[in-house]
Amino acid sequence: MTSHATEHSHGHDGHDHGHGETEGHGSFKGYMTGFILSVILTAIPFWLVMADVLSSPTATALAVMLLAVVQIVVHMVYFLHMNSKSEGGWTMLALIFTIVIVAIAISGSLWVMYHLNTNMMPAMTEGMMKTMP
Amino acid sequence: MPSNPDLLKLIFGRLSLDSFPYHEPILVVTFIGVVLGGLAVLGAITYFGKWTYLWQEWITSVDHKKIGVMYIILGLIMLLRGFSDALMMRAQQAMAFGDSQGFLPPHHYDQVFTAHGVIMIFFAAMPFVTGLMNFVVPLQIGARDVSFPYLNNFSFWMTAAGAIIIMISLFVGEFAKTGWLAYPPLSDISHSPGVGVDYYIWGLQIAGLGTLLSGVNLIATIVKMRAPGMSMMKMPVFTWTALCTNVLIVAAFPVLTAVLVLLSLDRYVGTHFFTNDMGGNVMMYINLIWIWGHPEVYILILPCFGVFSEIVATFCGKRLFGYSSMVYATVVITILSYLVWLHHFFTMGSGASVNSFFGITTMIISIPTGAKMFNWLFTMYKGRIRFEVPMLWTIGFMLTFVIGGMTGVLLAVPPADFVLHNSLFLIAHFHNVIIGGVVFGVFAGITYWFPKAFGFKLDPFWGKMSFWFWFIGFYFAFMPLYVLGLMGVTRRLNHFDDPSLQIWFVIAAFGAVLIACGIGSFVIQLVVSVMRRDKLRDETGDPWHGRTLEWSTSSPPPEYNYAFTPVVYDHDAWWDMKQRGFVRPTEGFKSIHMPKGTGTGAIIAALAVALGFGMVWHMWWLAILAFVGMIAVAIGHSFNYDRDFHIPAEEVIETEEARTKLLAKQA
Repeated sequence: MTSHATEHSHGHDGHDHGHGETEGHGSFKGYMTGFILSVILTAIPFWLVMADVLSSPTATALAVMLLAVVQIVVHMVYFLHMNSKSEGGWTMLALIFTIVIVAIAISGSLWVMYHLNTNMMPAMTEGMMKTMP
Repeated sequence: MPSNPDLLKLIFGRLSLDSFPYHEPILVVTFIGVVLGGLAVLGAITYFGKWTYLWQEWITSVDHKKIGVMYIILGLIMLLRGFSDALMMRAQQAMAFGDSQGFLPPHHYDQVFTAHGVIMIFFAAMPFVTGLMNFVVPLQIGARDVSFPYLNNFSFWMTAAGAIIIMISLFVGEFAKTGWLAYPPLSDISHSPGVGVDYYIWGLQIAGLGTLLSGVNLIATIVKMRAPGMSMMKMPVFTWTALCTNVLIVAAFPVLTAVLVLLSLDRYVGTHFFTNDMGGNVMMYINLIWIWGHPEVYILILPCFGVFSEIVATFCGKRLFGYSSMVYATVVITILSYLVWLHHFFTMGSGASVNSFFGITTMIISIPTGAKMFNWLFTMYKGRIRFEVPMLWTIGFMLTFVIGGMTGVLLAVPPADFVLHNSLFLIAHFHNVIIGGVVFGVFAGITYWFPKAFGFKLDPFWGKMSFWFWFIGFYFAFMPLYVLGLMGVTRRLNHFDDPSLQIWFVIAAFGAVLIACGIGSFVIQLVVSVMRRDKLRDETGDPWHGRTLEWSTSSPPPEYNYAFTPVVYDHDAWWDMKQRGFVRPTEGFKSIHMPKGTGTGAIIAALAVALGFGMVWHMWWLAILAFVGMIAVAIGHSFNYDRDFHIPAEEVIETEEARTKLLAKQA
């Protein structure tokens, strides 16, 4: 914050860090592309659910999640102006780290919870219901 | 008017006269003590006319050095609170055998052990390490402040607000009786209908926001504001560990926030995330909270590894052995800390494949940690070791932490964990690494950087007393717990039937008394050092013959840290500058652009306390008002354009000339 304020409003302060100010803040065209893509990517899942296009609910859920991931990428590219070079590669590094951590947390949780549910919360059978106290 | 119960409920929510624990003599006496002590402090501030000074120079300050010091003061106060809980537990367990029930009834004892854990982790250890990072990192990288100075002030006050909410629970209502992670189903509304868990949730949520923002701030600072020439691999090791810690904070704390939000929804609006009905799953809470909880312990220990690295290099007069391996070890620990969370609940029943995966990842963490240990040893090897107080803490750490690490690897073996889970062996293990690692590291860091912060060293005699009491006290307090744990004694019990166990608890209580002497010695050390400050004065700015940049400026550093931004050619930049015959510039000073203090952070945090209190007691009007107030103050602050000022060149010249004279006097 300070270093930015320094560079913009008080040019006389000597120590410029020379970092990624070249990135710009997007153009009208970029924002419109992002907006239209987002609308399309929102409309498709809505249609998939409302018109019951796919045969199974699981397939619908998977399709919706896939489109959500695509939309996240659209937001990052068109609204957050991320690419492999912005901020000297730091945004890319942060993104990769985030993806790794989120992947570990989600896949790990699914794996762990699947095992826990299988071992610890078996479905009740007819026989168990009858013998319950 | 007061006879209308609906109106009273609307105004006071769940709060009534019965909420105040006036029938608990321990709490009443504590309350009187706190009130008298508080009045004495407030009276002294008024008597000496220090309110304006306190408001302008500290509370509203955005100076990273002052915020760092305030974090450490907060940590010390909360350490005293958390330690008094510890003493009560040790006393209770030493006496409650057979017919004796001790002095703490179960409902009180349960609050005490919960409060001890929550306070020690969130409000003692976290402020300590955040304080050290806040104070040291900008100085080490040659910056004048952090990236977002106002945000830094706000983060501190949010942490303090969380601490205040936890402290209020001592005298208004009760605290959680659930253990420090508030596992459901015990923490859900049907099993904990009182306000305890709500205090826990709101205290942690508000402080957690501060922690997260301070993490963002320090990452940005380290990435963006390093002095020219300081590439990543020339950063001091402490800054490296601070970077990794803050990355962990930013990645892990949102998980805690989300879990606590889900728990709050269960408690406040009747959802079923963590209940046994309607598809809820209690085990998911335990899974998620440990996805935060395990990185959290590395958040605490990594900066302390950094502290020890700086201290070993300085007091052995040698470059740190294996700098790059130290950096890689730190990064590897950062990643691995996300792959081990299940070892906290091996016994929940995941089965062999899951348990063995997490058991192995846990054991793997000991490899980079072991590499660090050897790096420190090799740094000491053939070094000219000066056994000053920070070095004593470091050696104490190395001996103690290795034992804690080995019992940790033992616990990482799932079959062994099935025997030792929830036993006192586990308690002994994590105190072994947290006291031996974090507490020793924090005291080492405080002793090491104290002269930088205040301009005089801490008194070495009382420092050594403090160290030896802590060191020996630790072994007396926790080695018996290993023994008891191996005999199968479980944690969190407030009464025992088997009289043969008592001797071990008495030994442990004696250890706790020794640790109390250690804390007492530390307090005496502070007082003695302030009184003898003229003798202990550091006029050079480099009292330990240091290696990193912070020792190149004066002690205490001027508000702007460095009149000229230093240029770095090597890691251990200041050592390199000294070797190359660096001459301090004495002219050509310019005016310096600095951020201006603001009271917004303290005001929003005060409103956050009101918000938390309103939510805990279901005083909806108070919560809504406080929340709207917070938003309004934040928006109002965004229209404040008067955020910076220039320190005039004359003032810089005056400060720097005073230092020139002081340095000339030395030579």
